[in-house]
Amino acid sequence: MKQRSVWESFIEKVIFIGGISGIVFLFLIFAFLFKESFLFFFQYPWKDFFGGTQWYPTSEPPRFGLLPLLAGSLVVTLGAIAISVPLGIACAIYISEVAPPWVREIFKPLMELIAAIPSVVLGFIGLVVLVPFLKQVFNLPTGLSALAGSITLAFMALPTITSISEDALTVLPREYKEASLALGATHWQTIYHILLPAAKSGIIAAIMLGLGRAIGETMAVLMVTGNAAIIPYSFLQPVRTMTATIAIEMGEIVRGGLHYRALFAIGLFLFIITFTVNLIADWVIQRQKRVSG
Amino acid sequence: MEGPIKLETQNVNFYFGDNLVLKNISIRIPSNRITAIIGPSGCGKSTFLRLFNRMNDVLEGARVEGKVLIDGVDIYNSNIDVAMLRRKVGMVFQKPNPFPTSIFDNVAYGPRIHGLHKGKDLREIVENALRQAALWDEVKDKLHRSALELSGGQQQRLCIARCLAVEPEVLLMDEPASALDPISTLKIEELMQGLKERYTIVIVTHNMQEAARVSDYTGFIYKGELVEFAPTVDIFEHPQNKLTEDYITGRFG
Ligand SMILES: Nc1ncnc2c1ncn2[C@@H]1O[C@H](COP(=O)(O)OP(=O)(O)O)[C@@H](O)[C@H]1O
Ligand SMILES: [Mg+2]
Repeated sequence: MKQRSVWESFIEKVIFIGGISGIVFLFLIFAFLFKESFLFFFQYPWKDFFGGTQWYPTSEPPRFGLLPLLAGSLVVTLGAIAISVPLGIACAIYISEVAPPWVREIFKPLMELIAAIPSVVLGFIGLVVLVPFLKQVFNLPTGLSALAGSITLAFMALPTITSISEDALTVLPREYKEASLALGATHWQTIYHILLPAAKSGIIAAIMLGLGRAIGETMAVLMVTGNAAIIPYSFLQPVRTMTATIAIEMGEIVRGGLHYRALFAIGLFLFIITFTVNLIADWVIQRQKRVSG
Repeated sequence: MEGPIKLETQNVNFYFGDNLVLKNISIRIPSNRITAIIGPSGCGKSTFLRLFNRMNDVLEGARVEGKVLIDGVDIYNSNIDVAMLRRKVGMVFQKPNPFPTSIFDNVAYGPRIHGLHKGKDLREIVENALRQAALWDEVKDKLHRSALELSGGQQQRLCIARCLAVEPEVLLMDEPASALDPISTLKIEELMQGLKERYTIVIVTHNMQEAARVSDYTGFIYKGELVEFAPTVDIFEHPQNKLTEDYITGRFG
């Protein structure tokens, strides 16, 4: 009996220490991120950072204009959204409403499998298959382009978007569908006017979660986009994203220098974006719960 | 049987897979009357009702043999437009099933998809349907509130209004009052008396008093067979079949 309570209080302490140290580490990361970023803005005008169109960290004087990197991230992400959202919803509709049951049986585990592929592997496939393909089709110098990044990201987001949207459609009460069909609506009218709107919040959550994985993604994108820090005017140009910039440049700079701190400023900016997106996603999911529960 | 015939089945067998659920059913249901279908649970009442709007089609393993006619036309013929058929033959389900949208949008849904509102005011169509379903006075000030906020009885009348808005000719009702309180049930029964002027109504019920109260004709189904079909008065006062008598006197079921 006594033995047991000693053991239990030991376990409790271990869990407590684990929890606390998690919070402490998180706090230290924030503190570090904020400290380096603020030091950067002491030395470099924030207007030139957020408004600058040139990212030349090694020129004299160095230029840390965020815009080309922001544009690169935006183009790749928007392209990924434009590809993965319609495709993911279409797949979800096909699986939940059109496909025979055995397709569904195969599909679910397959999607989970694809979702589990490490992003480096996807990047590698993109590099050896997709990039040469784009080069040939669009007659590009290399094929490394924003489009290649968008497609790779879309492929990463697709399983999540499809799978969760499909769940959102499948859990809808059968009665909605029956009621609509009984009123003389066709299957497609029922899907478009009744099922999709009824599953709307679930589908939005699916998109958020799918893109959540893709937006912060670095390696796969870095491998296929060509990494030229210029503001792109087309999807077929090489671009450099914010995450790729940090990954590429962090290894070759002086610790504590201005360049080093500029990368932290990018990191802080990314953190704020991700945080905001997650906040919105949470809010949407909460609202969904309130409506359906 | 007096008057024109609206719905008819000729030697219909219905299967779920290998399971024979309806056996050799032949019936002639008259226009502008209320016909009740009674029988113990699981005897095939719902399946029978769903023959007429082909709602069994969407269920797995469903198969029909024989003929189902509406106004003399075989509705299982391959060139029948099922959506058009269902527009003509409305259905009210056992459990009220409004869409998770506003009261107005629920009723407007049918007219919108069928393009009935062109040249006509959608509001007017919606108001008319809600009036016919005796719901207008209760909801006229909250048309844009969610239909799910209504009580069960109101939801069921909303579903009736939603059906009426597409101007059907036949109204199939599958135990429409079974989930409702007595007052709502009474309201729906009253409502049906008014509706039979314009619609042919078939109502499934396992409540014999209800059948006796509301219907002009009654059919008794037992284990997938139509045991007896006659004017309601005859069924309840002089049943021809021993099974029917046993059932309506409550000796089984
Ligand atoms: N979707 C279905 N698949 C297979 N069998 C079914 C299905 N629906 C009903 N049945 C069977 O058909 C018979 C008649 O059911 P139903 O028409 O719902 O009876 P009732 O409405 O009189 O209670 C029952 O034995 C039931 O088990
Ligand atoms: Mg039933």
